[in-house]
Amino acid sequence: MSAGDLVIDVRNVTKKFGARTVVNHIAMQVRPGEIYGFLGPNGSGKTTFLRMLCGLLKPDGGEGSCLGLDFRTQSAEIKKRVGYMTQRFSFYEDLSIEENLDFIARIYGVPERKAAVEKSLERLGMVERRRQLAGTLSGGWKQRLALSACLIHEPQLLLLDEPTAGVDPKARREFWDEIHQLAAGGLTVLITTHYMDEAERCHRLAYIAYGNLLASGAVADVVKAAALTTWEVTGTNLATLAEKIRKLPGVEQVVAFGTALHVSGRNAAKLRASVGPWMTGEFHWTPIQSGLEDVFISLMDIAEDNFK
Amino acid sequence: MKLHEFNWRRFCAVVRKEFIQMRRDRMTFGMMIGVPMIQLILFGYAINSDPKHLPTAVFSADNSIFARSLVWGMRNSSYFDITREPKNEAEINTLLAQNTVQFAVTIPVDFSRKLLRGEKPDLLLEADATDPTAVGYAIAAMNSLTPTVLNRDLIGPLAKLNGSAPPFNLVVQQHYNPENITQYNIVPGLMGVMLTMTMVMITALAITRERERGTMENLLSTPVRPGEVLIGKIVPYIAVGYIQVTLILLAAKFLFDVPMVGSLPLLVAMTFLFIVANLAVGITFSTVAKNQLQAMQMAFFFFLPSLLLSGYMFPFRGMPVWAQNVGECLPLTHFLRVVRGILLKGNGIVEIAPDLWPIVLFLLVMLIIGVKRYRQTLD
Repeated sequence: MSAGDLVIDVRNVTKKFGARTVVNHIAMQVRPGEIYGFLGPNGSGKTTFLRMLCGLLKPDGGEGSCLGLDFRTQSAEIKKRVGYMTQRFSFYEDLSIEENLDFIARIYGVPERKAAVEKSLERLGMVERRRQLAGTLSGGWKQRLALSACLIHEPQLLLLDEPTAGVDPKARREFWDEIHQLAAGGLTVLITTHYMDEAERCHRLAYIAYGNLLASGAVADVVKAAALTTWEVTGTNLATLAEKIRKLPGVEQVVAFGTALHVSGRNAAKLRASVGPWMTGEFHWTPIQSGLEDVFISLMDIAEDNFK
Repeated sequence: MKLHEFNWRRFCAVVRKEFIQMRRDRMTFGMMIGVPMIQLILFGYAINSDPKHLPTAVFSADNSIFARSLVWGMRNSSYFDITREPKNEAEINTLLAQNTVQFAVTIPVDFSRKLLRGEKPDLLLEADATDPTAVGYAIAAMNSLTPTVLNRDLIGPLAKLNGSAPPFNLVVQQHYNPENITQYNIVPGLMGVMLTMTMVMITALAITRERERGTMENLLSTPVRPGEVLIGKIVPYIAVGYIQVTLILLAAKFLFDVPMVGSLPLLVAMTFLFIVANLAVGITFSTVAKNQLQAMQMAFFFFLPSLLLSGYMFPFRGMPVWAQNVGECLPLTHFLRVVRGILLKGNGIVEIAPDLWPIVLFLLVMLIIGVKRYRQTLD
């Protein structure tokens, strides 16, 4: 595979559960060595999309390739080269750390299995604890074990489904450092998340809601494309102000951030006109750069209007 | 907890929540209603430890009025239904071995001649005594029949034969279990019961657990094929099944002295079919059950009729026809006959054939349903 080839290149991917369309004509292009963030509200179809990519679910429509293989017909081959980490810890709690790693290595037919397991234990820093049952590990360690198990067969693509849910901030940061190291080594990572700080650590990202792709690109591009205007307001009685301006035309979001209020809307002129009467000495208004979170909530509102 | 701390409103909140959850879990709710109903019907209607209308073969070499009265007398006792009329001794043996009849009566060729001469001819009643409770009452009925059954025929000049002693000798031969040892019946049967309980439950649980804990999803994202998972999960339990069988056979031999007349390899082969049939049931249940509790309940749902309607606990022929029909659909019913047949009767493949094909049919049907459903649940 040459550097210019895409690791994931799919179009029109569709999945229906009964009458409900869970994934609606989604296209995605991911380059080698890229950390691609996949965002969206709960139940937006992220997990379903990942499951289709690794052959767990059969798509109802769409075409394209994953690792240069047809993702609809060659899922058996794709599975061998992909590491998929499920949302829930899904290794065997009644097997020890070593037994879990060994089992996965056997399933993938890893050559030099024992050495691979050993290497994995070392990387995890769990050589001493190898006989500990996986069920007795804390959330952060379970997540690290799961990641190691996904990597044992040296996949070319890593699919991570909300890997950091329920993990403390320090462990999360370490996890992301590791992901960046892996990506630097040439591994491609597709990761779903709800955390904005994590989204900002991705090279590029896609936002999906109700099965529809709403935005994609680098973080700055996504923010820019949303063309959202945001004002930061400081002053006293912000709570009262928030209630007053929330329903005005052009005001789409009024969010409290500590001692400040963020007011945003897509139509800058309309927003300005509506909040104009409150731009008095009592409140201090400053235009600021819209955050990713503001953009996503805005996207979600649009999605609700259009697709729900 | 001190009584004054008991808050009625909080208590009611818990009760209410519990009822809501109970209603949501349809399966459990169904089981709570269904199991008692089934037990009621089975215990109330189907179980009868005084079985009547037992199939009986009559080999009458003497076509006399006495022979006919005898047969009528037996029929009127309501314990014997004459279903077969074999032509020779060998045919009688096959009928008993194949479990086609429970009793066989042989009226010898010179029965009436000897009777008229006052020589007290022998009347042979052979019983399949594998299950002693099934034949006990019928033999007792036959014994009480003997002195009086010919009373109406022994009139006029023959009245002198109608004395205090019965006009003929009833010779009872209880085959396969002549000492009426209950263990001979129960211990081989236990093998089938144990296998049914553990095999169905263990497979149902093992596969449901894998799905409930999310490990199935993980497993299926690896190159492992669904079939490999399924067979890989089942094979260890086949081994467990054989360990159980070995233990029961050893106990049967050394603790209970159960005779082992037939071929052990044949038993081992038949056991394989039976184990796989039960595993297939387990797979099917695991595809329906949402969690391990439901899988457990379904296993019991299958186990209960198997236990009660198979002829393990109560004589099969004592049950009404509908219950017998249900019983005939269960693999345990046939396996019990096979095991008892091989161990106690020394049956070979020919004699067990009538019970072999129902097990095979059950196995195939369950396997098709189970595998088909198993595939569907993946998507």
